[in-house]
Amino acid sequence: MCNAGIEIGGRSLVRDVSLSVESQSVTAVVGPNGSGKSTVLRLLAGLWRPTDGRAELDGDTLARVPRQEIARQITFVPQDTRIDFAFTVRDVVSMGRYPHVGRFDLLGSADVEAVDAALARADVAHLERRLVNELSGGERQRVLIARSLATEAKVILLDEPTASLDIDHSLETLQLLQELADDGKAVAVALHDLNAVLRWADRVALMNAGRLQAFGTVADVVRDDLIEPVFGVRVERLRPANGIETLVFHRLAARSEGVRARGAGSR
Amino acid sequence: MTANPSPEGERLGADTPGGRRWRSPAFVVFPVVSALLVVVAVAGVAIGSTAVAWEVVARVIAAKVLPAGWIDPGSVSDADQAIVWLIRTPRVIVAGLVGAALAVAGTQLQGVFRNPLAESSIIGVSQGAALGAVVAFITGLTASSALWLPLTAFIGAFLALFTVYLIASQSGRAPVATLLLAGIALGAMITACSSLLISLSFVDWQIAGEIVFWLMGGLDSRTWTHVLICAPFVVLGLLVAFWYSRDLDLLLLGEETASALGVDVEPVRRAVLVAAALLTASAVSVSGVVGFVGLVVPHALRLVLGPSHRMLLAGSVVTGATFVIACDLLARTANPPGEIRLGIVTAAFGAPFFLYLLRQRRKEIGYF
Repeated sequence: MCNAGIEIGGRSLVRDVSLSVESQSVTAVVGPNGSGKSTVLRLLAGLWRPTDGRAELDGDTLARVPRQEIARQITFVPQDTRIDFAFTVRDVVSMGRYPHVGRFDLLGSADVEAVDAALARADVAHLERRLVNELSGGERQRVLIARSLATEAKVILLDEPTASLDIDHSLETLQLLQELADDGKAVAVALHDLNAVLRWADRVALMNAGRLQAFGTVADVVRDDLIEPVFGVRVERLRPANGIETLVFHRLAARSEGVRARGAGSR
Repeated sequence: MTANPSPEGERLGADTPGGRRWRSPAFVVFPVVSALLVVVAVAGVAIGSTAVAWEVVARVIAAKVLPAGWIDPGSVSDADQAIVWLIRTPRVIVAGLVGAALAVAGTQLQGVFRNPLAESSIIGVSQGAALGAVVAFITGLTASSALWLPLTAFIGAFLALFTVYLIASQSGRAPVATLLLAGIALGAMITACSSLLISLSFVDWQIAGEIVFWLMGGLDSRTWTHVLICAPFVVLGLLVAFWYSRDLDLLLLGEETASALGVDVEPVRRAVLVAAALLTASAVSVSGVVGFVGLVVPHALRLVLGPSHRMLLAGSVVTGATFVIACDLLARTANPPGEIRLGIVTAAFGAPFFLYLLRQRRKEIGYF
């Protein structure tokens, strides 16, 4: 994505964002609430068209690629998982195959295999006959991840996929993303948990107030001098014996008296 | 389960662990409803102020439909022939078309608004179509060509639908309460406009009376002309509906998800709204305002077929036709020798059902 920006209703949501999502890597998009994480993902997914600059897929401008072709290459898991209608889990995951089959065609055996594999990989195979509107938020999130896997797209974009997951499923999901990257997929994920970023991401895009503050490897971006001003917190680093570095966040004294809106570093 | 992953196989035993919802497969539902449709259609022709025997009905219709000379209507009296072929058959066909159109329009509206309570007569679309038709009546356009009726009705329905869409939808979803309130207000405003036009122009009590009577919804004295007025538009609307059936499934999952799965959301939504307006208008132009069909039929079908639109739309065609033919039969036989207006019969079934659904969703609406 080159120098892309978007305005909606005269208000600039993001400006001059240049970043790329490469195959075989997990790119984390981080930043405070309202900094433009979700907007960047939507631009990458081609769901929103940049008002200046452009978003590209393998060098082709996304705006010129037909919607269905984009759907075969890029898959997007939204944050809003609500579904009011009584589809079964298998129905929903099968919809991931729609970009690949004709309007009135039934799914072929290869499609069914892809759906089965996706159900198993997102750990929802046991739910396949359940109705999706009766699942818990975490289960539904995993069903949507399964649907995005069923598309077999090479670019996977996820908007805060761990927000409604418990610790175990959250770890499982992040590990799954890393495995997908190892399989050759390009993964980009909006995350709030910087410790998860440290552990699971390869590259990081740090957003602040609609601008890309920094983009690079985890070591280059998750630096105290970058993180602290963006999130308005003080960072303490713990290096336990097991080698997984952990960040602990402290509120700045001035902030705790005045602005209370931004509880950075925790969810 | 995984050994037999065909959709039919999945549906067969698809139930929730609590067994609260059991879905019979489509191949049971469709034969049953189709058989029911044949039964009510024949009953609709046979039963009335003058009873006609079933075999006479079959003979007359066969004689008209099959190539000349195959069946000899010989023994059937001219009066019976006229009752069957000129009076009751077109009425039953119009009823079937109206039912199919309204049920499919309701299914589409519920899908495109992601709101299970959307329905033509509830959100003001039928009233818009009726206003268009009233304009055609009053200006005398209908005297020049009967085709003005569906056209002006379509314009009215289309304007009403887009107004309510603009007012009520928020990022591709129309929350239950907002859509209902906007629809009710718009419907009341449009009905007031119709009343104003009728009251301003009634130099002739009889014409005004006829229009008011027509507004209540009914199928009395429908002829083959009425079949021809609405059939092409209903067929066109149904074709558009089926063309976009898969896109509607995806839209139920949300605008962004649909888009990410390859749906061009805005063009699809516009096409579906136009089709829903067209179907509503073609129904209203031959039957007046017949309410709640698009609510009762899709809801009943979702319970047995699930929410997938390919099945749901096909089911709505057959079940909607069956429902309205049956209601019309009730309307003209319940109070002999007079008729009850069809709109009153469908409302008697539909309105309590609507209130029940509203009550079920009271948490979401927040008050009730």
